[in-house]
Amino acid sequence: MAVPPASSPASGYSRLIRWIDYRLPFVSFLEHEFTDYPTPKNLNYWWNFGSLAGIILVIMIVTGVVLAMHYTPHSDLAFDSVERMMRDVNYGWLLRYIHMNGASMFFLIVYIHLFRGLYYGSYKYPRELLWILGVVILLLMIATAFMGYVLPWGQMSYWAATVITNLFSAIPVVGNKIVTLLWGGFTVGNPTLNRFFSLHYLLPFVIVAVVGLHLLALHQHGSNNPLGIDTRGPQDTMPFHPYHTIKDSFGLCVALLVLAFFVFYAPNFFASADNYIPANPMVTPNHIVPEWYLLPYYAILRSVTFDILGIPAKLLGVVLSLGSIILLFFVPWLDTSRVRSARFRPIYRLVSWLFPIDAIALGYVGSQPPEGWVVTLGQVATFYYYFHFLILMPLLGKIERPRPLPISIGTAVLEATGGLSTAGSAERH
Amino acid sequence: MADLAHSQVTAGHDGGTRRDFLILTAGALGGIGAACAIWPFIDSLNPAKDTLALSTTEVDLAPVQAGQRLTVAWRGKPVFIDHRTPEEIKAAQDVDVASLRDPQPDSARAKKPEWLVIVGVCTHLGCIPLGNKPGDDRGQYGGWFCPCHGSVYDTSGRIRQGPAPLNLVVPPYDFTSDTAIKIG
Repeated sequence: MAVPPASSPASGYSRLIRWIDYRLPFVSFLEHEFTDYPTPKNLNYWWNFGSLAGIILVIMIVTGVVLAMHYTPHSDLAFDSVERMMRDVNYGWLLRYIHMNGASMFFLIVYIHLFRGLYYGSYKYPRELLWILGVVILLLMIATAFMGYVLPWGQMSYWAATVITNLFSAIPVVGNKIVTLLWGGFTVGNPTLNRFFSLHYLLPFVIVAVVGLHLLALHQHGSNNPLGIDTRGPQDTMPFHPYHTIKDSFGLCVALLVLAFFVFYAPNFFASADNYIPANPMVTPNHIVPEWYLLPYYAILRSVTFDILGIPAKLLGVVLSLGSIILLFFVPWLDTSRVRSARFRPIYRLVSWLFPIDAIALGYVGSQPPEGWVVTLGQVATFYYYFHFLILMPLLGKIERPRPLPISIGTAVLEATGGLSTAGSAERH
Repeated sequence: MADLAHSQVTAGHDGGTRRDFLILTAGALGGIGAACAIWPFIDSLNPAKDTLALSTTEVDLAPVQAGQRLTVAWRGKPVFIDHRTPEEIKAAQDVDVASLRDPQPDSARAKKPEWLVIVGVCTHLGCIPLGNKPGDDRGQYGGWFCPCHGSVYDTSGRIRQGPAPLNLVVPPYDFTSDTAIKIG
């Protein structure tokens, strides 16, 4: 009666599963999106980082939820509650070190994922919204990471919170009112810590929701691929399971090895010694630096040392720093080339490698005290960052002559692997 | 029935129907109501009454010798009190005010020339400048130096070099006697 015929989705499952699936099509959904889901045959290892980022997000949420059970969000008690976690709570040190280093891992993976998108033109038609949702995730990650960094209430936590919230004071007229509103007082203090804790717990679930939309948009048109041409049918694709489940599992093992190395052998490699000193509102540490993954934005912020056209240096620094991320929203339209993959764009291929070099240069500048040639390097690198997106991207699409694209993914794969003998076995699956 | 309803709602003489009017007014009222309902959530983030109540600090200046600098806490922020020497006062007063980034004469910043009272928070991004402790780097104008991003302040707490846009803030204060002040 209510059990559907065997030919419907979720066929091959027990009567119970089919009974459920007829009413709540969860199994068919999973089969459709994660088992049968067709992926281009030619995806390389750069395509591992999306699912990897998703798994790290889950690791961050799981460790974070447990850490919150031992944490006290009060300015008098927060630091000690974190130290108690490290010394007294069973495996508290492990959970905290996974969470701390997991944040670095998360950003590393997401930056590689983002670079992959830039290199292979994954943001182009029809994946513009997919890309934009990714930039939204990046912004949410930065906000979450920043507020998480404040929670241990060490010296770096406190002064990072002070410097970053003070960025809003650059807004004309209402700036100082906004800063007071953010603080809930006249300085960073207990009210600030409380709201940061609340938001630090909330935002990861907002990220989960946006990741859901990101996947919805991804599965609408499927993954881009290293050739940047569309799939044309079953001869160009293979099912997600088992091919990508196994490949992603392998990538995950490698990533977890890297994470484990830092967690067990260099847990404070990315941390600052100053953050093991309790917050002191009366003394600023001599050298304030953000976590490595925010250094480029910090470098851009500091690189504006002079007023331009009557706009104060401080406001301009804030605008350019925030603008460096906002700019990413417009990349689908800044890139005027119709060819997606940099493989077929000889000039852009070179330029797209200069971009991460520029970002790393900015990261270095952000880590150094702002003196001497470092300031100049920061200014040149900031200029190049904007030059890359605002001048090179639109211009190259017009003047560059792309190399001819292959007819299809299938034929390109066959040429690369040397003929039809391998094709026969691939087609059988 | 449908024809009747249609003829009734399209009967407006200036192109708009009664339904358009109702949708517009109901929508506008609902929108304004929702906007008003957001305010308590936002205002709850502003400083609470107990936070506001802690907003004055009294300081006895009698033990502070000329040339000494004292740090006191006001609203959780450091306030620098500088018992300035005659040379420091002269240096602060001899500056060409028009040449300053945030032009203010020294007389507008110190109620009594020998006592400078300023909030010790850099106007750039809120770090605490060095210079209030013996042995600190005071910067090339003998005032204060912010180690975070390199802002230099003079003996009147005015910005002279670096990224900060404004002078160090003078908090509201009054002399309650010759040797005591109340900040806030």
